[in-house]
Amino acid sequence: MNCPQAKPLLEPYADGELDAAAILELEEHLRACAACELAWRNLQSLKRTLKQDALYFTAPDELRQRIKSALPSPAKNVPRQPGSHWAAKWNWLTAALSGATAICLVLLLLVTLNRPSSEQLLEQEIVSAHIRSLMASHVMDVASTDQHTVKPWFNGKLDFSPPVRDLAAQDFPLAGGRLDYIDGHGVAALVFQRHKHLINLFVWPGKEADAKPALVPTRQGYHLIHWSEAGMVFWAVSDLNEKELMEFVQDYSLALPK
Amino acid sequence: MDDRERLKLFEQTVLPHLDAAYNLARWLAGNDHDAQDVAQEASLRAFRFFGNFRGENARAWLLAIVRNTFYTWLRKNRPLENTIELDDETLAAEDATAKVEPVHPPFADAGAVRRAIAGLPVEFREIVILREMEGFSYREIAELAEVPIGTVMSRLARARKLLQKRLTAEFKPGDQP
Repeated sequence: MNCPQAKPLLEPYADGELDAAAILELEEHLRACAACELAWRNLQSLKRTLKQDALYFTAPDELRQRIKSALPSPAKNVPRQPGSHWAAKWNWLTAALSGATAICLVLLLLVTLNRPSSEQLLEQEIVSAHIRSLMASHVMDVASTDQHTVKPWFNGKLDFSPPVRDLAAQDFPLAGGRLDYIDGHGVAALVFQRHKHLINLFVWPGKEADAKPALVPTRQGYHLIHWSEAGMVFWAVSDLNEKELMEFVQDYSLALPK
Repeated sequence: MDDRERLKLFEQTVLPHLDAAYNLARWLAGNDHDAQDVAQEASLRAFRFFGNFRGENARAWLLAIVRNTFYTWLRKNRPLENTIELDDETLAAEDATAKVEPVHPPFADAGAVRRAIAGLPVEFREIVILREMEGFSYREIAELAEVPIGTVMSRLARARKLLQKRLTAEFKPGDQP
């Protein structure tokens, strides 16, 4: 064995991944070659260095406690696994529904989902919330350009964690956030700026399928864009022109985890 | 299995590896606060998916969840974190000219070692933690990190080269080019 053959085997040897035949040959080479022998000793020394106990972080007690208390207590009923839950539901459905009733149900669902009025009501609510935020000079509950300040501020105030991104690099700096109330539940309102214009981005968790950003007809001079992804519903509203508002939405969507 | 048994089994098989979960999260996230968030979310996620656990290696299973949780967290909270790897050519060139220098063992100063590990790109750092601190085999790391074994080996080799370089520089500042 020569050096170019020996070099790539040093690490697998040190990591216990080399087979016996190769070990014999490698050891023979190490006895004869000072350079490889030195590389071997350096490797050993590095491995020892990395294994020292002082480098290992042990879990703080508070973390242990928090996890214990977040797990269901043995006395209470533990939520069932998603798999069995759905299986049970499906069995029940197939047993209970004949073909005819299933069709009726689908029709009913379609009618409910397509009912335009609820959508329009929601749009109106969002525009109203936007206007309200401007009028009361109460745009923000937490004024900060730092997403790491704004995001934790929502902790405990909402039952979900809104994805907060700063888009300063794209010239839509984050200005802050506040709580709002839309469609019967608490939502996160994130406030962004472009020049003198404010953008309210409303976020809440929703079950609807992912939907690409779509412009909604202008209401009272405000532009609205709606999209949903990753289990969250987003509504952006602003007096900013449609093109720039769409730019904002696309930048925001890009910044979200894919 | 009823729910009470499930919780008990989870506490017996998975929770004992909380130190490993926190250690990995701590090295990946770089600070205690974020590491606790990641480790907690991963543990609760592990409980939700405990039904999928087939009873092979609970520590590897939990750490895979920690890892996924961390990367989701990273994209969400630090989308700009530099995770770019050194390209192969640079490293090959480096290899050809590298002469082996004696390293002063042992690198006893934990602070310097910590800084050196923390300075590694995150994809290298995780492999180092999994190999040297957790003692996983190449195959186990490949499965856990969802990369080919060859990638595990090349990342490990690069990480060690970088660590050796940095540690040598720490201890012999005069030798740094």
